[in-house]
Amino acid sequence: MSINNEDVQKIAHLARLAVGPEELDNYTRNLSQILDLVEQMNEVNTDGVEAMAHPRETKLRLRDDAVTEENQRDKFTGLAPASENGLFLVPKVLD
Amino acid sequence: MEWETVIGLEIHTQLRTKSKIFSGASTTYGAEPNTQVCAVDIALPGALPVMNRDAARMAVKFGLAIGAKINQTSIFDRKNYFYPDLPKGYQISQLHLPIVGKGSITIDIDGKKKVIGITRAHLEEDAGKSLHEDYHGMTGIDLNRAGTPLIEIVSEPDMRSAAEAVAYLKSIHSLVRYLDICDGNMQEGSFRCDANVSVRPRGQQEFGTRTELKNINSFRFVEKAIDIEVERQIDILESGGRVVQETRLYDSDKNQTRSMRSKEEANDYRYFPDPDLPQMVLEDSFIESIRAELPELPDARCQRFITEYGLSDYDAGTLTANRELADFYEQAVAALPAQPKLIANWVNGELAAHLNRDNTSIADSPVTATMLGELVARIDDNTISGKIAKEVFEAIWNGEGTADEIIEKRGLKQISDDSAIEPIVDEILASNPTQIEQYKGGNTKLLGFFVGQVMKATQGKANPKQVNELLRRKLGD
Repeated sequence: MSINNEDVQKIAHLARLAVGPEELDNYTRNLSQILDLVEQMNEVNTDGVEAMAHPRETKLRLRDDAVTEENQRDKFTGLAPASENGLFLVPKVLD
Repeated sequence: MEWETVIGLEIHTQLRTKSKIFSGASTTYGAEPNTQVCAVDIALPGALPVMNRDAARMAVKFGLAIGAKINQTSIFDRKNYFYPDLPKGYQISQLHLPIVGKGSITIDIDGKKKVIGITRAHLEEDAGKSLHEDYHGMTGIDLNRAGTPLIEIVSEPDMRSAAEAVAYLKSIHSLVRYLDICDGNMQEGSFRCDANVSVRPRGQQEFGTRTELKNINSFRFVEKAIDIEVERQIDILESGGRVVQETRLYDSDKNQTRSMRSKEEANDYRYFPDPDLPQMVLEDSFIESIRAELPELPDARCQRFITEYGLSDYDAGTLTANRELADFYEQAVAALPAQPKLIANWVNGELAAHLNRDNTSIADSPVTATMLGELVARIDDNTISGKIAKEVFEAIWNGEGTADEIIEKRGLKQISDDSAIEPIVDEILASNPTQIEQYKGGNTKLLGFFVGQVMKATQGKANPKQVNELLRRKLGD
């Protein structure tokens, strides 16, 4: 096992995923297997091979710098659980 | 023990695009909350980012100006963290392959040049703003700023004092404004800076443990915050303690830094390439078209001012620190090519003082370059003295007309006719016999007294040079 239950709990917390205690062993085993596979791939000699960020060789399309959107505030704040004076309201965050 | 300070800066520069980096929403500052957001900015499911060409163009422009390697293939990554002003749960940034690679900029510190390395500059999106005033125990979120394009400019740890850090920050500030890629407004947050600060015993190779200072968004605060943080670190080390690596917030009211409650697991951003954005590939022609439109940069312009106008290093540096000021100066010189030095004195002196006093920018100066040129021309042709010119300047500043109109209206024309000045000189001498005795007895400083009396009698209009000459002659020098 390349990772333990504690690592999984930490990752789950960072991703804000609720992983119950009964699921932990399973996640740890599966994630470990993925990491082991990556470890195995690391053994391949990749000298001279350029790192790939995307599986497809598409290039990024660039758009002109123009304002094309209009104000839809009422629609958007209407979707939110709470809003006031045009602001989205969220549980108190401290800096 | 003697300590050496080591500083590196991270500068966030908002790019002057009309629309956001990945959406067509406006980037105008100061709009009503959430009126400049769209589905992409608030991360509605299914919304996809589309890259703004001008944001790439501006980043490349910066890269070319610092002589950096431009990565013609660059990658956007997701930097994952949860905070309500970042609705997607990740910021689109560039980690391994930023658009701008290694470059450098030269700063001037106490008349000496120093090269500061720039590690990289990458494109990323800004976050929204949290308003912590109390909304029934909740926090308000304004996402107008979310998605505004930024370049983050990361320096090497090459600075050795707060003064060097400020000089570097000012150089970058001046550069991005010359390039017209950022408005440089620090109050509105268009140009922001974090400082990584550490100290080490002089001569030691390894760096000490660093802290990151935030909330230092003015040149003055950068200097004060670094100085006070260096003092704090030295105190800790000298009393046998150790510096903790952390983020610290500068409190300008108390002039101290304090530990920020660090964002939970702040350094575990789990970056990975953003699958929504394939690699960005910039053609040679794109880069060359940007190179072709690069303006004359501050250093080159400063050198030209020294050679072309015969200015001092100091005057040329002050005038070229700001593109608008340099343009203003050159327009004024165009109106009076014979007096580049005198014009420099007026721009750096009276004009700068008035701009400062009224907290006005050069663009809004009520005295235009042409008006200043006309005023200095009247000093040059002896119509008025430098002293009277200050009065005229004030009047032009207050919108009372052009130099010639004010001189005419107020009757300020200098008296340069000996036959007009001489009777006044005689009168002054006749009414001050005691001073004449003292003067002749060796107190030659009294010449100034006589000059003053004549100037007073003529309301400052007598040509001071002629007054001096006449007085000397009559007093038998």
